[in-house]
Formats: sequence, C-alpha cells, structure tokens
Amino acid sequence: MTEPIIAFDKVVKRYGSHIVLDELDFTVAQGEKVTIIGPSGSGKSTVLRILMTLETISGGVIYIGGEPLWHERRNGELAAAGEAHLRKMRTQLGMVFQQFNLFPHMTVLRNLTEAPRTVLGLSKAEAKARAEELLQLVGLTEHANKFPGQLSGGQQQRVGIARALAMRPRIMLFDEPTSALDPELVGEVLNVIRRLAAEHDLTMLLVTHEMRFAREISDRVCFFDKGKIREQGTPDEIFGNPRMDRTKQFLRAVREGE
Amino acid sequence: MLFGYHWDTAHGEWAFALSILPMLLRGLLVTLEASVVGFFVAMVLGLILAVLKGARSRIVSWPATFITEFIRDTPLLVQLFFLYYVLPDYGIILPAFLTGALALGIQYSAYTSEVYRAGIEAVEPGQHEAAKALDIPPRRTFTHIVLPQAVPRVIPALGNYLVSIMKDVPVLSVVTVLEMLNVAKIIGDQTFDYLVPLSMVGGLYLILTLVASAIVRFVDVSLPKRGLPLR
Repeated sequence: MTEPIIAFDKVVKRYGSHIVLDELDFTVAQGEKVTIIGPSGSGKSTVLRILMTLETISGGVIYIGGEPLWHERRNGELAAAGEAHLRKMRTQLGMVFQQFNLFPHMTVLRNLTEAPRTVLGLSKAEAKARAEELLQLVGLTEHANKFPGQLSGGQQQRVGIARALAMRPRIMLFDEPTSALDPELVGEVLNVIRRLAAEHDLTMLLVTHEMRFAREISDRVCFFDKGKIREQGTPDEIFGNPRMDRTKQFLRAVREGE
Repeated sequence: MLFGYHWDTAHGEWAFALSILPMLLRGLLVTLEASVVGFFVAMVLGLILAVLKGARSRIVSWPATFITEFIRDTPLLVQLFFLYYVLPDYGIILPAFLTGALALGIQYSAYTSEVYRAGIEAVEPGQHEAAKALDIPPRRTFTHIVLPQAVPRVIPALGNYLVSIMKDVPVLSVVTVLEMLNVAKIIGDQTFDYLVPLSMVGGLYLILTLVASAIVRFVDVSLPKRGLPLR
C-alpha cells in the first residue's frame, strides 16, 4: 500500500478535562473519499478543524503526505511547528465551512481571487481566469460580480467550494457543508461535491448528516463516537450491514429524522 | 466691538441679539473647526490604539491599554492644561486652537478605541477561520477582511462622539480659544448683558447638535451593511 496522504497517530484533543479525540488512529489514502458520520460531540468536526490548523492538538502526531503537520523535525526529533511550517502545510488543504464564511464585503469574484493573488502570488489576470473556470464548475458564472449577501445559501456554499478550490489544495475538507441550508437548496451543493468527487483526483474528507449522499460518493465511511472511530468500512457495509450496536442505533435515529 | 462688529445696546433686546449674531457665528465656526479636527484625531488615534490594544504581544497591548485608561480617567481640562502649559517648556509651542483640538481628540480617542475594539471583536470567528484556511497572512486578514467589516458597523457609534466633542469645545475657552461660549462671555463682560448672548449660544448649540445628529443618522442608513467593498 502506498503511503497515506493523511495519517493520525494516536492523536489526542482535550478541552480541559473533556476528551474530544481519544488517541485517534486514522488514515486516508491519496484520492480517497472518506465520510465521517456520528452523533454531535463525537469529535468528527474536530478532525477537520485540526487538519485545517484551526485548532491545536493535545497529543500525538498528524502526517500530511508523510510530513508532520503540527510538528517540525529538528535534530531528528519532533518539535512543535512554527508558523512558517504551518503555513506551508496549510496550502495543501482547503476547507468548506458549515456557515460558508464568505467575505461579505467582497464580490464573488474577489472572494475567489483574494487568496490566490496575495498568497500564491498569481497575477490579476491569472487569478481571474482561475476564478472564472471555477465559477463555471459550480455553475455561478453570471454571479461573479454579486456580493455574497445577494445569493441564496446554496449559491453561497458553491462559492465557498470554489473559493477553497482556487488554492488548488490536494485535500478538501467539507465540514457539514449542507447543514445550514434550507432543504430545497441542499441538492445543488451536493451535486457540485458529487461532480468534484467523480471528476477530480482530490482527496476528500467529509463530515455530513446526508446519509444517502455519503453512501453514494464515499469510498469509505467512518462512524465516530466519543472521540474514536467505532466502526468503518465501505458505505454498503456501514449502511447496509453495520456490526456494532452503537452504529445501528445511530443510523436508526438518523433515519427516523429523515 | 469684537471681530470688527459693533453691538447695538440702544434699541432693545432684539436689535442687540441681531447685532451680536455675526460675532457668535464667528465663534460657532471655531467650535465647528475644533470639533472636526478633534473628531478626526479621535478617529485616527482611536483606531491606532484599538489595533495596539488587540496586539498579541503584551509588550504592545499593555502600554496601549494603560494609555487608554489614563486618558479616559483623567479630566479633559487637566490634559488641556498639560498640553498648553507644559509642552512649551519642552520647546513644543502649539497655537491655542490646535492644542485644544488635539486635547479633545486625544481624550476622545480613548472612547473611540473602545468602539473600534468592539467592532473588531464583533467580526465573526468564521471570517478569521476562512482567512486562515486560505492561508491569508494575519496582517492582511486584519486590514482586508476584518477592518472593512468592522469600521462601517461602528461609524454610527463614532458619530455620536462627534456630537459629544462639539459639546466639550467650550472647555477650550480656558486656553483663550475664541469659540462660541467664549465669545458670548466676552460680549456679556462688555455689555453687562449675559442673558441674550448665553441664550443664543444655547439655541445655536441645539441647532448644531441636531444637524450633526441628523447627518450621523443619514450616514448610518446609507452605509453598506455588508462592509466596505474594496476596489
């Protein structure tokens, strides 16, 4: 097996005495589409937030493409990473947020060109070309000069996806991308993610409550509970024939809500 | 006689009032100028203080917090006297008007810095997270993501301080600035009629602050609600 693109080695995350991630071991292969499901408070969003370096870890090591994310190798030993290292690592990841977090004072186009221009150093024309290509991908070409507030939630989230992609990350993190949307707007966002999954070699890590969607696009589904992966397998295994009682109980509860 | 105008004390109260109006208006102009200069200083200095207070390094944030507290907890008059009487000992001689406007601006920068601070902190954490996820450097995040969203939201609150500054301008009369109240007092001293000039000052002040408040409200409703678009 080739080296995994993401590897968690006994990762611990604590808030005071509350343990969010409990010596988590977790790997994702290059190009793999992995969905994380589980009850709220199970630590599933924390996995994404730690990968995006929005939250620190309390213990363990995370590797991205074999290189430690939160540590630097100094004299053969792992030491806490400095900001320069974190910045370098961060460019490999892109994140889509539950609340979109678009920049409300910038047009859609500028939301997409801001980081490529200032961080990657693209020229205005290059960044614009890249943004237009992505807007086409998410079907929002005609909205380039609007402000986020003038768009529907579904459109905003599609901009959010395009904005993350504009940095050309190797790994895309989706943190409950449709949870803040009205039900009738969920489909358009899922369609975009579906196309991404089918047409690109991106590694995708998705936290979602859309079980049918998870089943359809995932290579692997992980059931999180109390800071650990309790069960994982192919979508058919997890959704069709879960082994653990806790997983069955969770899936039953979710289906009743649908 | 004042500013080349003569007062008319021989033809009754109304004629007197009419004759001193041009003098009071000259004073009003000074009041307005001092307010605007003071407000400008308060806006700029307040933002600088707010940024310094929010700095991650304590070496920067602590002195800024101390300065703000010090300014806020000492009387305007003390600061004014300090600038006017102490600075010349160190070779810094400023005209009375400039000293006064500066003192007003410094005093109010302590308040405006708190307003800016609140506006900066009100920007959603998600904005910082999105900027970080895109690897936008912290400084650029602050200048291009946070500030453009924070400043429009605090402009109404800042505007209210403009009105407050206007009402504090008479303090400058103690360092000989010929603002409106000082003019009225001189007229009273000379004509032994204080009632008319002081009443007029009250009336003119009311008009001034009402107009200023209306402008603040107009700016408030016409501001972009999403923040200032850049370019």
